[in-house]
Amino acid sequence: MDLFRAHVLVCCGTGCTSSSSPMIMDRFSELLPTYGLDKEIKIVKTGCFGLCAEGPVVVIYPEGVMYYRVTPEDVDEIISEHLLKGRYVHRLMTLTAAVPAGASFAAEDNSFFKKQLRIALRNCGVINPEKIDEYIAHDGYQALGKILTEKREPMSIIAEVKASGLRGRGGGGFPTGSKWEFAAKVSNDTKYVCCNADEGDPGAFMDRSILEGDPHSVIEAMTIAGYCIGAHQGFVYVRAEYPIAVERLTIAIEQARKYGLLGTNIFDSGFDFDLDIRLGAGAFVCGEETALMRSIEGKRGNPTPRPPFPAVKGLFGKPTILNNVETYANIPVIMIRGAEWFSSIGTERSKGTKVFALGGKVNNVGLVEIPMGTTVREIVFDIGGGIPNGKKFKSVQTGGPSGGCIPASLIDTPIDYDNLISVGSMMGSGGMIVMDEDTCMVDIAKFFLEFTVDESCGKCAPCRIGTKRMFEILTKITNGTGTLDDIKSLEEIALALKNGSLCALGQTAANPILSTLHHFRNEYMEHVVEKKCRCHVCKGLTQYYIEPDLCKKCSLCAKKCPVGCISGVVGKETYVIDTQKCIKCGACMDACKFKAVVKK
Amino acid sequence: MGKTKLTPEEMSTKLDVVLAEHKGEGQKALMTSLQKAQGIYGFLPLAVQKKVAAALGVSVAEVYGVVSFYSFFSLKPKGETVFTVCLGTACYVKGSQLLLEGIEKSIGIPSGEVTKDGKYSISSCRCVGACGLAPVILVNDDVYGRLTPDEIPGIIAKYKEA
Repeated sequence: MDLFRAHVLVCCGTGCTSSSSPMIMDRFSELLPTYGLDKEIKIVKTGCFGLCAEGPVVVIYPEGVMYYRVTPEDVDEIISEHLLKGRYVHRLMTLTAAVPAGASFAAEDNSFFKKQLRIALRNCGVINPEKIDEYIAHDGYQALGKILTEKREPMSIIAEVKASGLRGRGGGGFPTGSKWEFAAKVSNDTKYVCCNADEGDPGAFMDRSILEGDPHSVIEAMTIAGYCIGAHQGFVYVRAEYPIAVERLTIAIEQARKYGLLGTNIFDSGFDFDLDIRLGAGAFVCGEETALMRSIEGKRGNPTPRPPFPAVKGLFGKPTILNNVETYANIPVIMIRGAEWFSSIGTERSKGTKVFALGGKVNNVGLVEIPMGTTVREIVFDIGGGIPNGKKFKSVQTGGPSGGCIPASLIDTPIDYDNLISVGSMMGSGGMIVMDEDTCMVDIAKFFLEFTVDESCGKCAPCRIGTKRMFEILTKITNGTGTLDDIKSLEEIALALKNGSLCALGQTAANPILSTLHHFRNEYMEHVVEKKCRCHVCKGLTQYYIEPDLCKKCSLCAKKCPVGCISGVVGKETYVIDTQKCIKCGACMDACKFKAVVKK
Repeated sequence: MGKTKLTPEEMSTKLDVVLAEHKGEGQKALMTSLQKAQGIYGFLPLAVQKKVAAALGVSVAEVYGVVSFYSFFSLKPKGETVFTVCLGTACYVKGSQLLLEGIEKSIGIPSGEVTKDGKYSISSCRCVGACGLAPVILVNDDVYGRLTPDEIPGIIAKYKEA
């Protein structure tokens, strides 16, 4: 085996790939031989490190030094300084956003990582996802091997999953062990194991990152699940919009087959199991379990009423279990380290960790994994590094279009399934969008409703008509033509939707409205009564305007205007915005050095 | 990505090869077949849907039902250059709506449409997953992140010359 004195890990998750990390990989491969270092130093393509805002990220071991926002041009310097002479390239070591400068010396000391506990993400950013040997070297397939060679009783494994307290990470939080137990108890020759990787929730990318960074953990877990319930075929339903994840999963499945870890007679145990990938085609409703199964069958993704539950009658009419990617990623670790260890992490009714895609108005945008019970404050301010540009924190949104907004007054809420529901939101799949004082809560509610109107499958009337009517009312309110009766109607329709919809999409579609109405009612009132949007987001209630007294006739605003709606003469006439043509993008306001552009 | 345009005959032959693989498999091969067909044609005209239906042994109505249900499938051709604005939550909070409006004004068509000469089309999507770079737009397969509306004309200009 080759020994290397240093490893260069280059993040090749979607975020970093979009900002040229493949070019950085190429540059390293090209330059290392010219320094004669290619036998001493190994370049490793990894999955997501989590700190996406500072990407592309490069980490060098054994020191664990992390370089941020690396460009292909920086590679030469990293090699000649760090790898050759042992001098760190300090200019690439400071986080651009987080304070204090220079504090992030090694990856472990970085405040972003300190409060995190990486279980589901344990291998992301550590191993090369395209090499099965690296997964195996990190205890991969050990759990499966042990189970199959010892011929463990499936019910004892299920009992362990139950004892761990693991709950579904995809939204509802149903106990995973119980789900497996139901399917195991139904007798049928053919059963299926499915994995939901159709991460339709906008602003969430946990599942994608796990598939990109550690696809084998999902394969191993699904095989274990198959053994437990007596299934021999599995399907992973992935979004077609995730090309890198699909590619790496395909490679991983092929490698596992080659090693005899998928296919017939796995570990000489007589147990057969194989996996196939099915691509989604962009329908949010397919995250709902019955809809997802219809889609794998090649049909329209319409949900079907439950019961019968999929554990009894699921895919192709056979007993089926469906778990999401993150849930599966926890299974091998639970098997190795035991239910007791897992259940020691987290809160009373929510065990283990949860991965969140932290985004929006926060400094350290990225992927974070925290023990259940961590507070919103710790995530936003300690891990997330606070709000950019000195703005005030207003709210975090969790649960995507099914969730709600948690206001600043509840910032010390410990995050777990039950607490989030009690504040009017939900865990969802794990999107966490931070909003500052410039985010209008009515507009956000409208944003989510527009999404659900698009994504409602149309099968049941409460969801099909209800979401549309609520969206129309919100549009009215943000245009400045809303009335107090409209707010009452919103609440009535929301209730009907919750009680009358067939599936979770409709039942939760009103949550963004209900939670903002509850926590930010005064903002709705301002829109309706005072015809004012305090954040100047709702365009019907906002105009851009140049103060003639402050205008220095410099023409900068006119040059920046993307639609050419500002007229004036340099040095002679003050500039004026044609409010009819103005798209209210704010470019002029940013451009003006004299603060002459104002919003009214 | 070098776009070499296939002739209608070449497309048709390619589709026949794909469909031969799934012949008679029925509904369960429908999504895969349509995805591959769209990969060849760029969209799914009725003639293609009919061919898929005949090959798999399902009705055209079933095929159309699936095509019209999923947003990934398109009944209309896209432009040679496709501008896609991410309207995921992270991008939206950071102002991607303004980027979309800027592109619409500059190209002169609303989102979801193609210019008359077939050169440009604009669309929006729900989360590219590059939330760390928000707000993000895609021009064909190129990702542009951390954008402000005043950068839009410059980006469009790059593709207008090409």
